[in-house]
Amino acid sequence: MLTRIIACVASMIFAASAGVAVAQTVKIGLISTYSGPTAAQGDQLDKGVKLFMKLNGSKLPPGVKVELVVRDDAGANPDNAKRIAQELIVRDKVQFLTGLVWTPNAASIAPLAAEAKVPFISMNAAGVGIPYTSDYFARVSFTLWQSSYPLGQWAGKKYKRAYTMVSDFAPGHEAEEAFIKGFKESGGVIVDSVRVPLAATDFSAYMQRVKDAKPDVLFGFNPAGKQATAQMKGFADLDLGKAGVKYIGPGDITTDEELQGMGDVALGVMTVHHYSAAADRPANKAFVAAYKKEYGANLNPGFMSVGAYDAMQLIFDAINAQKGKMDPQATMQYIKSYKNANSPRGPIAIDPETRDIMQNEYLREVRKVGGQLANVEIEVVGKMVKDPWKQLNPKK
Amino acid sequence: MQGFASSLVSVAFHGIAYGMILYVISVGLSVTMGLMGFVNLAHGVFAMTGGYVMLSAMSRYDVPFPLALCLAFVLVAAASVVLERLLYARLYSAGDLEQVLLTIGLIFMAVAAARLAYGTLQQPVNLPPYLKGQFALFGRDFPAYRVFLVAFSSVLVAVLWFGVERTRWGAKVRAAVDNRAMAQAIGINTSLLFTVTFALGSGLAALGGALGADIIAIQPIYPFENLITFLIVVAVGGMGSLRGPFVAALLIGISDTACKYWLPQFGAFFIYAATIAILLWRPAGLFGKASQ
Repeated sequence: MLTRIIACVASMIFAASAGVAVAQTVKIGLISTYSGPTAAQGDQLDKGVKLFMKLNGSKLPPGVKVELVVRDDAGANPDNAKRIAQELIVRDKVQFLTGLVWTPNAASIAPLAAEAKVPFISMNAAGVGIPYTSDYFARVSFTLWQSSYPLGQWAGKKYKRAYTMVSDFAPGHEAEEAFIKGFKESGGVIVDSVRVPLAATDFSAYMQRVKDAKPDVLFGFNPAGKQATAQMKGFADLDLGKAGVKYIGPGDITTDEELQGMGDVALGVMTVHHYSAAADRPANKAFVAAYKKEYGANLNPGFMSVGAYDAMQLIFDAINAQKGKMDPQATMQYIKSYKNANSPRGPIAIDPETRDIMQNEYLREVRKVGGQLANVEIEVVGKMVKDPWKQLNPKK
Repeated sequence: MQGFASSLVSVAFHGIAYGMILYVISVGLSVTMGLMGFVNLAHGVFAMTGGYVMLSAMSRYDVPFPLALCLAFVLVAAASVVLERLLYARLYSAGDLEQVLLTIGLIFMAVAAARLAYGTLQQPVNLPPYLKGQFALFGRDFPAYRVFLVAFSSVLVAVLWFGVERTRWGAKVRAAVDNRAMAQAIGINTSLLFTVTFALGSGLAALGGALGADIIAIQPIYPFENLITFLIVVAVGGMGSLRGPFVAALLIGISDTACKYWLPQFGAFFIYAATIAILLWRPAGLFGKASQ
């Protein structure tokens, strides 16, 4: 028994040293949602990561390899996510943590990453306060303040009376707060605000209330997909458009991957967001073409796929900058001054103060382009927007 | 005052439309659970399948809407006979726990199969032009599709009621619900009766899923997400009756809509509170028979 253990340990040491001699391997722990009711979002991240690895997986310094250690968190479950991250840090000794669809999961991992000095890059989880809880956390996705606050400012100049209707969960509250602040600052009046339970399927009663209140504009936010669709259907069913109400929201409500399934009810909805598959930037056209080639001509990449793709780009750039010899502090220094002029969403950068994303915010309208629904970008409402919430609430 | 009357009308209308959908999906569950005493949690699977059948028939093969509805009913009813003979029939005499495990397992398999076949995103619903837009009635505009829902479901309810209360088959079903052993003893082929009734229940679920696809989105997680609502309708209405779930579905549809309209800050709270209150008052449901 003892000899067997010694042999085993010896072979492990041998294998490890042999590994160093042949190639430097950088391990990336990827935590995402592959199963459970919310696997659709994890699927979006997965598609972005896989596409990046296929196109750019070999663009590394000579002798350096990247190993992805993929784990499933099965949905919003902070305890589970924390345990998985612990395993990745302690047992697999990953040099990066990334992935994360869900804010609660990312929030539970962020302090852990700081303690273990493992750079942690959020591909999606957008909870606005997370960067304040960990010096090793950076985000390439977005915050809801980034889209809803400029939207509020824009709408306040154009419309007088707004009604807000958001799903009753943390991102909904953030979107509502950001929009209301922006809208009021531009001189608008909020008629009423309602928070809708996440389980709601029939929105007609809520919409009847809106109709009775006669606002100029309805601000909506729900998780993309059926919730957002159901709310828009309610809007269309009661013919609120004809009653003179404009439907607006952050781009989360008309994500590119779900848009075709939402149908014509989405036509005319105006949103502010950082990414649209219909954008005509060359980098985006190349990205969308590669995506369609890989996953089918009918599938559009959504902002989550782009977040995953850009996060992988950032990690690869950091590896290349250090030639594969990863030092966590140096990595974080690199990330703080990170810029990428050629993301599919346009130029992006990391804000050195908050380690949150800076990016352009575009005003878009859902229109038919070549028989397909598309988020057509109309104008840039904010250039390289820093997260407004952190500007208003600096870290003490 | 006029404003109040107007909102009363719209709340009643939208509530009834929502309740009708709930009823059509759930009535099959009530009949099968009541008749066979079988805890069929996989009922939502049939509703979801109905939705998928209708939507793919319409989008892939350009089948017109009414025909696609019939197709959903017929195909799912036929498939359910196979399932009933292969799986369900073996567990009729087993305990509740085994039945729950079997049907939960079926849900998992159906969710995974639907995800493989259709992906995780919701299916687009393209209603025919004659059901889109508004329908003017008494100087008010009503969404045309919801008017159709209410009309169609009312006819369906009438046919069902007639079938169960006024036909020989209905009498047999009622006999089997009341006392299965005695029904068998007087020569009713309960095994065949079960198969037919099960197929009917599943077909109705499919029809409900297909009709309601515009309101309750069709996607793989459907059978889990809506299970609670279906069970509430059946539990509040009382098992094994047709009237019970009808009253319960309308009650839930209307009260949920009213709560959303007048007290939106309470969210989904009301429906559960009402369920608890009704079940405390009548544990067997509004029209259920106390368990023997």
